[in-house]
Amino acid sequence: MTQFLQQLINGLSLGSIYALIALGYTMVYGIIKLINFAHGDIYMLGAYIGFICTAQLGMGFFPALAAAMGICALIGVIIERIAYKPLRNATRITALITAIGVSYFLEASTQKVMGTGVKTFPQVLANQKIMIGGVMITTQQIAIFAITIGLMLLLQFIVRKTKVGRAMRAVSVDADAARLMGVNVDMTISYTFAIGSALAGAAGVLVGLYYNSINPLMGMLPGVKAFIAAVFGGIGIIPGAMFGGFFIGIVETLVSGYGSSLYKDAVVYIILIIILVVKPAGLLGKNVKEKV
Amino acid sequence: MKNLLNKKNACWLVLIAGSYGLISLLISVGVINNVYLTVLMTIGINIILAISLNLIIGVTGQFSLGHAGFMIIGAYCAGVAVKQFSASLGGILLGMLIGIVISGAVALIVAIPTLRLRGDYLAIATLGFGEIIRIIILNMKITNGAAGLILPKLIDWQVIFAAVVICTIIILNFCRSAQGRACISVREDEIAAEAMGINTTKYKIMAFVLGAMIASVAGALYAGAFYVIKPEMFTFNKSIDILVLVVFGGMGSFTGSFIAAGVIGVLNTVLQQFSDIRMILYGLMLVGIMIFRPSGLLGTKEFTFSNLFERFGKRKEARG
Repeated sequence: MTQFLQQLINGLSLGSIYALIALGYTMVYGIIKLINFAHGDIYMLGAYIGFICTAQLGMGFFPALAAAMGICALIGVIIERIAYKPLRNATRITALITAIGVSYFLEASTQKVMGTGVKTFPQVLANQKIMIGGVMITTQQIAIFAITIGLMLLLQFIVRKTKVGRAMRAVSVDADAARLMGVNVDMTISYTFAIGSALAGAAGVLVGLYYNSINPLMGMLPGVKAFIAAVFGGIGIIPGAMFGGFFIGIVETLVSGYGSSLYKDAVVYIILIIILVVKPAGLLGKNVKEKV
Repeated sequence: MKNLLNKKNACWLVLIAGSYGLISLLISVGVINNVYLTVLMTIGINIILAISLNLIIGVTGQFSLGHAGFMIIGAYCAGVAVKQFSASLGGILLGMLIGIVISGAVALIVAIPTLRLRGDYLAIATLGFGEIIRIIILNMKITNGAAGLILPKLIDWQVIFAAVVICTIIILNFCRSAQGRACISVREDEIAAEAMGINTTKYKIMAFVLGAMIASVAGALYAGAFYVIKPEMFTFNKSIDILVLVVFGGMGSFTGSFIAAGVIGVLNTVLQQFSDIRMILYGLMLVGIMIFRPSGLLGTKEFTFSNLFERFGKRKEARG
């Protein structure tokens, strides 16, 4: 039981990171129906920006987190403007291939600028171990969890209560109708990319803190897994992404804790395929009939 | 059989024999040295991979991101056959046959649930399957895990040349058969095709399985020609490399796939010293092609002798 609780806590920390990335996927998909393959690489850039801020500029943890979120938001908007905006009316496969191209570009550029090797992320947050009834929780895990929940609440506030959030919801339901109602659709899409990328940037800094090591290809696998998390919860639905992220994180830690860590990725893919085959709209999604 | 012997088939035969003769001549003269020969063999294998993926993406319109998964099956079946049975051309060809069967069976298992999905969902599901296949092979004993297999060189360029010709003929004949036409109709408009009484699922599966079998041939050739196979060579990135070839040449154009495999093969050799820049260029190229020329180099155009004759004939008529 203790071991199970321990795995659950480790899973929650990993799941928070997946959930933060999954939110960006799900928001972008909800608004322009694009699987933003480059999203995992924004998360990688966030980790590198955090690394530069803390290790080379000597900033504290929270300023570094803010800087990573801000710069990632900017990069997300630039990518959207340059690569995705010309393809608004293209087929979804065209947009998907473009996103793969952007992802390649970001990975290769980071490898060129920062080197292909692994970098050690400095320990900028005190890491104390707290024992509660045989279960070990580190202060880092608490910080990761708290920051994730805080950002999610902030996101819910933005989406539900602000004008930008209302515009985002309107565009995701029907972009043309929203435009007729005077919503600046392009601007709203840019905001969506900015918010999603900022969350991914935050996830990057948190993962750097948690695992201590970052590399230019670190975004690929978590990117795909976060996408799976978004699909699991129902893509386009914000609470679904949070739920899916925590679920995938916990499953992954449980599989590597009790079974073999070699198979943890395979299990995640199997979950994806089962979900896609049984309930393609995701756990919280509604089935939409196709109209001819 | 009578209409097999016509002018255009004769022309194709001459073209095949001619290019075979040209390559052997250049090798014997010494213009093509070992380095260039390796490039040529890579291009041949990439052609097979590109046309097999083109059958799935370009002709049938089903977006698969798991093609490397079928290539790895072919590579490992050939590798294991060489290790277990005999290290000879016969051994590797036997492995290739086993690989074709297994890859076809796996593709069928993958296709039946996933091909009900559309567009980007299908892409992600196939990506997942490709990775699952790789993880299974990574964890098997007979495949020697992450260390991979080291093989003798059993495949020379003649075998690859023959394989390119045979695979191309099979795929082109499939595309021009009734089944192939049905696949094209699925690409153009799935709902309309269904309304016309075409069993869309059946034809999607057919194209997917055929593409997977041919990808496994390419895997076996790769194993026999390049000494080492490791699971890490066949990740999702390999699938993307194949996708780049198809997109660059034009989705739906086999001539385009040939040209793209050639151009990118030569580019890779030229940019060998700058392998990091190569990846940046790949990324920019994908984005650029999609924004400025989403149909690729050739779109869905094909080079055929019958077209050539037609155009030639018209010009004569106009002059006369």
